[in-house]
Amino acid sequence: MKILALDSSGIVASVAVVEDQNLLAEYTVNYKKTHSQTLLPMLDEISKMTELDLESLDAVAVAAGPGSFTGLRIGSATAKGLGLALKKPLVSIPTLEGLAYNLYDTKGLICPLMDARRNQVYTGVYRFADHRLQTVEEQRAADILEILECINQLGEPVTFLGDGVPVFRDAIGRTVKVPFSFAPAHLNKQRAAAVAALACVYMEEGRTETAAEHRPDYLRMSQAERERAERERLKKEGTSL
Amino acid sequence: MEDIQILAIESSCDETAASVVKNGRTILSNVISSQIELHKLYGGVVPEIASRKHIEKINQVIEQALEDANVTLDEIDAVGVTYGPGLVGALLVGVAEAKAIAYARKLPLVGVHHIEGHVSANYIEHPDLEPPFLCLIVSGGHTHLVIVKEYGVFEILGRTRDDAAGEAFDKVARAIGLGYPGGPKIDKLSKEGNPKAIEFPRAKIDGCPYDFSFSGVKSAVLNYMNQAKMKGEEVNRADLAASFQAAVVDVLTEHTMRAAEDYGITKIAIAGGVASNQTLRAAIEKACKQRNFRFYCPSPIFCTDNAAMIGVAAYYEYQKGVRHGWDLNAVPNLKLGER
Repeated sequence: MKILALDSSGIVASVAVVEDQNLLAEYTVNYKKTHSQTLLPMLDEISKMTELDLESLDAVAVAAGPGSFTGLRIGSATAKGLGLALKKPLVSIPTLEGLAYNLYDTKGLICPLMDARRNQVYTGVYRFADHRLQTVEEQRAADILEILECINQLGEPVTFLGDGVPVFRDAIGRTVKVPFSFAPAHLNKQRAAAVAALACVYMEEGRTETAAEHRPDYLRMSQAERERAERERLKKEGTSL
Repeated sequence: MEDIQILAIESSCDETAASVVKNGRTILSNVISSQIELHKLYGGVVPEIASRKHIEKINQVIEQALEDANVTLDEIDAVGVTYGPGLVGALLVGVAEAKAIAYARKLPLVGVHHIEGHVSANYIEHPDLEPPFLCLIVSGGHTHLVIVKEYGVFEILGRTRDDAAGEAFDKVARAIGLGYPGGPKIDKLSKEGNPKAIEFPRAKIDGCPYDFSFSGVKSAVLNYMNQAKMKGEEVNRADLAASFQAAVVDVLTEHTMRAAEDYGITKIAIAGGVASNQTLRAAIEKACKQRNFRFYCPSPIFCTDNAAMIGVAAYYEYQKGVRHGWDLNAVPNLKLGER
């Protein structure tokens, strides 16, 4: 099984090709440049270096959210275009599951933190049991203190990773009561290789979708929708009083 | 000559569109998925919502365009895509999608300027039209008076100093409670009103006879409404809409005719979303007839944002050898004539 994976959900842009148990190539850049300009040239570079025949792919996997709205759409539109042109299925990997998969078979809990601004994080809690990724807490947008309290409630050692770690390092130190550690540099950000490896598991479970039906999972409404929902709610409350 | 078939993609604002164009002039398909009903809830286009809708619809729209044209990607020679100007998040969806398709099928990629696309819409139904000609470009974001010197080469004679014509329509429509989108609603209501009922200003800019300004007329409408409100007078909205529209149409027509006469150009085209305004079309057509000029305008379906016009523009760029790289980015404020 051969899978191309893309992750442009955060500042990192990452492209990888995995074939069964082999990582054929991975190109990961953690540098501020629009993914629109980097993602496809990165794929092109990998293709040239590994003489990749895109027709030989079984699926295109993409980190499907949460993350930067624009970043997610660049990854998704690229995956959708490839899927359409190559007539290949897509595999949507939740961004936080992809991050957690970096820490395969880690003992204890895994808590990826993606900075979502306004003191919020995109987060979830995962563990490995029987060599498989299990979801302890579903991925969501949460207040940083809420998820840290949740970790305390779970009462097990935890490894944090993600671009939210440097932002909330102090809050973690002050709040977390269980033993904790931080993943090192080579594992603590989005890696398309992990997305591809997890996509192999998804494929075995038949969890694919068509390129046409794929869409990112933002976990958040747009600001305009949120504000409109709030207005509607107030209006309703006003009339019921 | 071998046929050149271009798959074109457009997602710069609130329409997701794809088209297959043969040899730059024959439209094999033209699929437009409009989001307008969604944005009406917010009184205007919400960029984030537009971007989200684009990604939900884009594959279906492209697949439909190929199906309608009865071609497969094997029969496509190049992919054209709007890369600016427009809403950056919206543009990026089309750009990323187009790049991926072109890359996967090893096809040349041609980035297209959205406004060049609007100008090129005139070629679709007028096989005889070739540059040079004068073109008035009027849309929600643009008001330009240009000489199309050759395919894709423009000399800009005039532009708006403030609001675009379509923007003024939208703002006035909102002020008089017509809602979004303003252009068609004002056009419709104006038919019941007297365009001479209220005298609104026709702005002229010293030393720049082809430039436009629409913020003055917009303010005059708002002032008129405020004064009426203070006096407790009922405003005749149809008269107001008709008088406002007349002021805008007069200026657009007058500047266009003056430029044509000054530069000795006898072929006049209009383009852009506001070019489907019936009063504007009629006024420019009449002025052209009086002067014995040829008048060109696209059908309303090709005035609105669509991918057919992008395919036409892409064809002429393609013929000139324009190819974009895999690092093509969206350029939200791309200037006309800029590459």
